[in-house]
This record gives sequence, structure tokens and C-alpha cells, in this order.
Amino acid sequence: MSTRNLAKDQPDSFSFTGEHKARIEKIIAKYPDGYQASAVIPILDLAQRQEGWVTKPAIDVIADLLDMPVIRVLEVATFYTMFNLHPVGKCHVQVCTSLSCWLRGSDDVVKAFNDKLDIKLGETTTDGAVTLSEVECAGACVNAPVVAVGDDYYEDLTYEAMSKLIDDIKAGKTLAPGSAVGRQGAEPEGNRTSLKTDPTQTTPMQDLAVAKQKYEESQDAARKAKENA
Amino acid sequence: MPKLTIDGVEIEVDPGVTILQAAEYAGAEIPRFCYHDRLSIAGNCRMCLVEVEKSPKPVASCAMPVGEGMVVHTKSEKAVKARNGVMEFLLINHPLDCPICDQGGECDLQDQALAFGNDKGRFVEQKRAVKDKYMGPIVSTVMTRCIHCTRCVRFIDEIGGVAEIGATGRGEDTEITTFLEQSLTSELSGNVVDLCPVGALTNKPYAFTARSWELRKTESVDVMDAVGTNIRVDSRGGEVMRVLPRLNEWINEEWLADKSRNACDGLKYQRLDQPYIRRDGKLQPAEWSEAFDAIAEKLNGVAGQKIGALVGDTVDCESTLALKDLMTALGSANLDCRQDGAAIDPSVRASYLFNTTIAGIEEADSILLIGTNPRKEAPILNARIRKRFLAGGVNIGVVGEAADLTYVYDHISDSADALSKIVDGSHPFAQVLKDSERPMLVIGMGALTRADGAAVLGAGYAIAEFTGMVSGDWNGFNVLHTAAARVGALDVGFVPGEGGKDTQGILEGASSGDIQVVYLLGADELDTAKLNDAFVIYQGHHGDAGAHVADVILPGAAYTEKNGTYVNTEGRAQLGQRAIFPPGDAREDWTIIRALSERLGKTLPYDSLEQVREKLRETSPGFGHIDDVAATEWEQFGESGSIEASAFTYQVSNYYQTDPISRASRTMAQCTQDFVMGKTEKATGTHG
Repeated sequence: MSTRNLAKDQPDSFSFTGEHKARIEKIIAKYPDGYQASAVIPILDLAQRQEGWVTKPAIDVIADLLDMPVIRVLEVATFYTMFNLHPVGKCHVQVCTSLSCWLRGSDDVVKAFNDKLDIKLGETTTDGAVTLSEVECAGACVNAPVVAVGDDYYEDLTYEAMSKLIDDIKAGKTLAPGSAVGRQGAEPEGNRTSLKTDPTQTTPMQDLAVAKQKYEESQDAARKAKENA
Repeated sequence: MPKLTIDGVEIEVDPGVTILQAAEYAGAEIPRFCYHDRLSIAGNCRMCLVEVEKSPKPVASCAMPVGEGMVVHTKSEKAVKARNGVMEFLLINHPLDCPICDQGGECDLQDQALAFGNDKGRFVEQKRAVKDKYMGPIVSTVMTRCIHCTRCVRFIDEIGGVAEIGATGRGEDTEITTFLEQSLTSELSGNVVDLCPVGALTNKPYAFTARSWELRKTESVDVMDAVGTNIRVDSRGGEVMRVLPRLNEWINEEWLADKSRNACDGLKYQRLDQPYIRRDGKLQPAEWSEAFDAIAEKLNGVAGQKIGALVGDTVDCESTLALKDLMTALGSANLDCRQDGAAIDPSVRASYLFNTTIAGIEEADSILLIGTNPRKEAPILNARIRKRFLAGGVNIGVVGEAADLTYVYDHISDSADALSKIVDGSHPFAQVLKDSERPMLVIGMGALTRADGAAVLGAGYAIAEFTGMVSGDWNGFNVLHTAAARVGALDVGFVPGEGGKDTQGILEGASSGDIQVVYLLGADELDTAKLNDAFVIYQGHHGDAGAHVADVILPGAAYTEKNGTYVNTEGRAQLGQRAIFPPGDAREDWTIIRALSERLGKTLPYDSLEQVREKLRETSPGFGHIDDVAATEWEQFGESGSIEASAFTYQVSNYYQTDPISRASRTMAQCTQDFVMGKTEKATGTHG
């Protein structure tokens, strides 16, 4: 990470769309009167969803909207790396290169972008379609390596899987989020290794009763064996 | 009342007090960077770590409230080691540029590194480097030195009232900056330089001019506004290098306004360093004796009532008294110190004082501002009103043009006639004042310098009476002056005597020929064009408006160059001390008048400063209470007249240039360009 500043080239103006304005009202209404500044993060996020990145005019508009000094909005926008302060491509791919993903082959995922789109981490394709960013742990280590495109995660990636995903992105197809190897959520690959019995049949309490009985029986047996000896 | 033990000393403190404060009572010194008495607690520098028994980790004492039975060790091995570690971390990214740093010698980090740090660093990696930020003409930045204590952020937000500095980014990439490197617009911005515990924010005009140990420190009083801020003048040789605030809880706490701090370079330019006499229409250098001769020759045969004298805004009381005595000896009653023509009633002292006192503002529960913009006229006093505002439970009303005063107020009206509605109780704010236990009002010079100023003053009196502002030990009637000399001159009685002309009369008399000689003592803020036909004697320190129309110029001393008494707007007499000598042939002002009196054959009866001060004490009891406010009788004053339905215009339009010194100052010229004319040119990070 390095110093985050506003982009040099900025649009002249910004205004929220009607739909977003309605959502902003709802967001602000969540907070007590006079504490509307608490809504700054969700509203910055809305601005980013609308424009793709957080622009200076958007910061001005938000400061005005929430009645807070513009520097306070800038502080928040520069603090969170999730706010893009520079324009990004139409498709913003965030690849996790932290420990778990790296061990599981995030370098291959990045290489797929190098080969297919000729972009490295932090770069945007010349046509402005795809931006590749490096992010810290995305919190999906169990399905590593992982990339995020928009709000969706794409998991269990390999060089091939990522290459196919890039082809789909280029072709403008709707992407199917989730694991590339077809597993559900965070369950193990292949067969289950635990919790194999039907949980409705044996509750943990029943298990305990059985265990207790078995333990007592074994204790009895040991005592008897001792007496016999 | 929790009881706790700090370093073996058992003390009892109020609940809610922090360990750091309690340690101060107990006499244990704890180092700190981010903690400051007058700012909110941040707790982010970690320098104040102490050991608390039964606590698993060292505790940041600035942010931890005391608890019953706590046992605190500030000098135990654990505490010392913890602070040592913090200091090592702070120094990781701090450059070793103390020899070229302006903070060197008065740096908290330097001092504390010596006391609590290691003798060598173990960090061999690259240090962080940060681009410098532009913060305006007052504050210079070297951001690589910043340790992110956020004192500046909190000061500008809480006391300055303009949230303009922030910390962007996070972690190691945190940077202190203004939004897009805009200038700080607060009139108190220079204080961030004093607050900065390292050399990240330094005094821009003073940059690289002196080292702190070379300076001679003189405790004095500021004259740039009527607040009477306590200052320390730092000088080297014959030059004032900088001005710093001095602690005075009654007046300025520990703040100093930007003009008072940074106009001191004006003392070097445009100075009158020798007498001048106008010969053949041109001012030509002369000797003192020649100048006195020229005056004596002119005055010879001129009747007393054809002589007028005006005292300016930054004149000390001793000179004012001397000039008054000289004029009386010459038989002139045409004296005035109100060169702005303010309708002040000199006969009732309470009518021209800030009776509540500045510290008293904190006790008020409703405040009515009439024709005054305290942010421009007295930024220090405005900070006190803001402090009161932040404490909550105060109603502030403004009659006058709406301006950003850094606090929320009820804008009653632009127009002056709204006062009549408050006087007759028809405006809701009248009820607010009436319901308050300690209401106060502040009348500014913008209200009193109008043609109907006397009626406005009368309305102020009526409001004070009607809402019960004066009762017991509370007096809520206040006049906010803009000139440091005004109250002192009023106390001396430098006002028209019997049959004498006031400022307006003298100026008109000068153009009509009724007044032949006008003595201007540091008076520049006048319509000097009206003085063209009269013989003008100008005594002052700068070649400003008054000197331009003068026929004889007597070079005097500026406030840093003489021992003088000044009375602030509260009526508090304070002593200014001489830090340097006046330049060239210039002399202390009262001695000039004393010498002139001898030449005119009307020798004044004092030969030493102490004798003049003895006379001052006889003239007004206020001078007997140095640094204190003398009790003042409350009597009726003001006129009941109709108030015109026009808007008040504030006295100070350009805060940065109000007197000859600030008009000669280059820093103030830069500020004027940046803030008043609005031509902020963004400089690069490497600028100045």
C-alpha cells in the first residue's frame, strides 16, 4: 500500500441518481438525528457503485449532504482501500495474494491475466475493460485462491479456471460466482470427512448419554478385572 | 472521590480525572505528545504509558480514568521499558535533521528522546518520506517529521472551529493534510505551530532565520487588537524575530491570533527612523532640534483652540497622558482618541468596557452580538465564545451581517432597527435574554461608529437594564474595542474637554481653517485628505497614512520598542516591555513629548517612566491594578434616539491589515492576498 491521493483528472460534477437518493434517505434514517455523518461509508460506497470510483465532486456532494467537513469525508475515503480513488475498468478484478491464496496458487491466477490480457497487478487493459488489483486477505481462505469481481467471489481457481473466467469476462457473459470445482460454500472437496451421521437421529445429548454409558461400563469392567486379579 | 497511589504517593482526585492528570497532582511527570490540556484526548502516541498493578499491559495514562485503589508506577522498569519502546518506534521514521530543523532546541521529541529514548537506533531500513503540504502563508510543513499526534487536527477542529486539517490514509501511510492542500482559513492557525511537538509544522515567516537559544525573550503585551494578548517577544540583536503567546488564563489561555504572531516582520519595513520636515512640499530628513524648532515656530502665536490632537490605535497610555498634558498646557481642549468616531461615552467607565471579562464569557448562558464580528475583530475572544458554545446550553444571537463565526447562532437581523424590537420585548430573543441567568451582550465598533451610534449604545443600555444583565457580581454589558489604545486613552481622558472638538470636529476644522495645527500621535486610520490645509505633526513609527500628510514627522517607537501600559477591552491594564531599541533616531514616545514640551516652554512635570506612571495612577484607578480588572460602577449612559433601519457594517473588513505594522508586514500582505482578495495560488510542496 502506498499513499492514497485523489486522482488528478476529475469530472466536473457529480450527483446521485434518483434511485440512490432514495436509498441515501433510508441509510441516513438508520442513525439518530445529528449523527448523519455515520452514514458516510455506505454513501461513499453508493457513489462508487454509481461511478465505479470515488470522485472529488462526489466527496464534495457527500460532505454537503451529511453536513460534515470535506476533509473528514476524504479521511474516510483514503482510509479504506476498498474505495477506488482512481478510475477502474468496467470489470474490476481484485485478486487476493495473501498467505492462503498464495500457497494455493494465486501467482498462477495473476499469471493468467498477464498472459491473456497483458496486464499486471494494478494495471488496466488499454480498452479500459478490466482492472486487476491486488488485495489483502479476502476472507475466503478455505476456498483459496480467490478473486472478487464486483460483489461476487470466484474461488478454487487455477490457471485454467482463471483463463476461462477471463474469456467469459471478455465475451461479456454472465459469470457464475462460487467455486470453480463445484463445491458448495466452504464444505470439503470430494466427500465429507466429518458429520457423516444424520444429525436429526443422534443429537449431541444422545451421544453424550451413550458415551457416558460406555465409560461407566468400561470403568466397571476395569474394576471387576482388578477384583479378579 | 477515588483514592489511588502514584509512585508511592497516595492522592485523592475527582472522579473522571485521568491517570496523567492525577500524576501531575502527585508530582510525577509523564511524557506525552498527543495529549494536550485544552484539546480532546486522542491517546494515539502511546508515550504516556505507565504501569498499573493488576493490569496485564502498560496503560496509556492520558486516556485512562482513575479508579479506586489503583496503584500506578510511572518510573518502574516496566513503564520505563514501555516508553523506551514507544520512543524507538516514533524515531523509526523520524528524520535525523535536528541541526536544520526550526524546532531544534525547543522540540518535545528531541527533549523526550534524550530523557526516555535510547542512545542509538537499531533500525537500518529505509525511513519513510512524505511530501510536504501547503497550508497557507503562516504554516510551513516538513511532513516527514510528523509523528501523527493529531494535535493540529484537533486544534483546528475544536478551537479554530474550521475543520480543515485531517489525517488521510492509514497506518504508516497516514499523512496530515488540508483538503487538496488549501490554506488554513482560521485566524488562529499559527497556534498549530506551537502545538506541534516536532518540527513538522513550523512558523513559515520565521523559517531558517534564528535558533531558539539565540533569542532574547521579553514578556510583553500585544497591540494588534484590543484583547491585550500576553506575548513573548523573541528578539536577536535589534530585530524582533518572532512573537509567541504567553499563558494567561484570563485573556488568551495559551493562544495567539495570526496577526499578532506574524505581523512582526512589519516592524522592519516602512519605519520612520529620523525626524522629517516638509520643505518645498517634500518631506526631508532633519535633526531633532530642527523638527522641534519648526513646531515651536509654527505654534508660536497660534491660539490653543486652534490646535487639535488625535491619538491612534496602538499608542501606550504614558504617551497619551503626556500628549494630553501638553495639549492642556497649550490651552487646547480639542483632543480625541476615537479616531473612528465611535459614539463612546467617556464619562461612564462601564459603558466602554468589556465588563463581563473574557474569562467571564464561559459563565454566560445567552450572548447577543451587536454589530460585531469577533472572529475578525478579536479572534482570541471569539475562541472563548466558541469554547462556551461547545460547552453547550448557550443561546447566541447576532444583530448584523451574517458571517461564519465558527459557532451556531440565531441570526436576528442584518438591520440595526431590530434592536428596538429587543428593547421593547417584541422579539423572541428578548425573552431568551430575560430568561437567562447570566445574559450578556457585546456591542462592536461597527455599531458605535454609525451616525446613530449613541442611540445604539442607549439601546444596549436599555437591553441590559430590561433583561437584568447587571446584577450582583455579574455585568453582562460589553463593548468590544478594536484598538489596543482605546480604553487606555479613554481612561486617561483623551477626549474633548469643555468646548473642545472631537475627531469629526478636528477634521472639519482642519479643512475649514478653524484648526491650524493637528498633532497626530500614531493616528493613521483617518480621512487624512481633510488635513491637507493644516500643519500636521505626526508622531509614530511607520510611514503610513498619517506620515504622508505630515509637515513634521517625529519618529516614535513601536510596541516592541518601549515600555508602555496598555489597557485592554476589559479595562485590564498591562505592561508591555521593551524588547529592542527603536531604529535610528527614533525615541520612546512619551520622552519625545516631554522633550517637545520643554522646547515649547511648557515643561511637563515628569522625568522618568515611574513618574509618568505615578501620574497615570492618579488619573484613573485602573492603572493601579496592573494585570487586574478594577471594579467599575454601573451608571446610566447612552441616548434614547431612533435607530436607522440599515445594516451594520463591521469595523474590520480585512483582518490581516488593520494598523501601520500589519500594513507594512509582508506576511500579512500575503495573507491578504490569499484570504481577502481570494487569489489563492497553490504552491508546490517545496515552497517556502
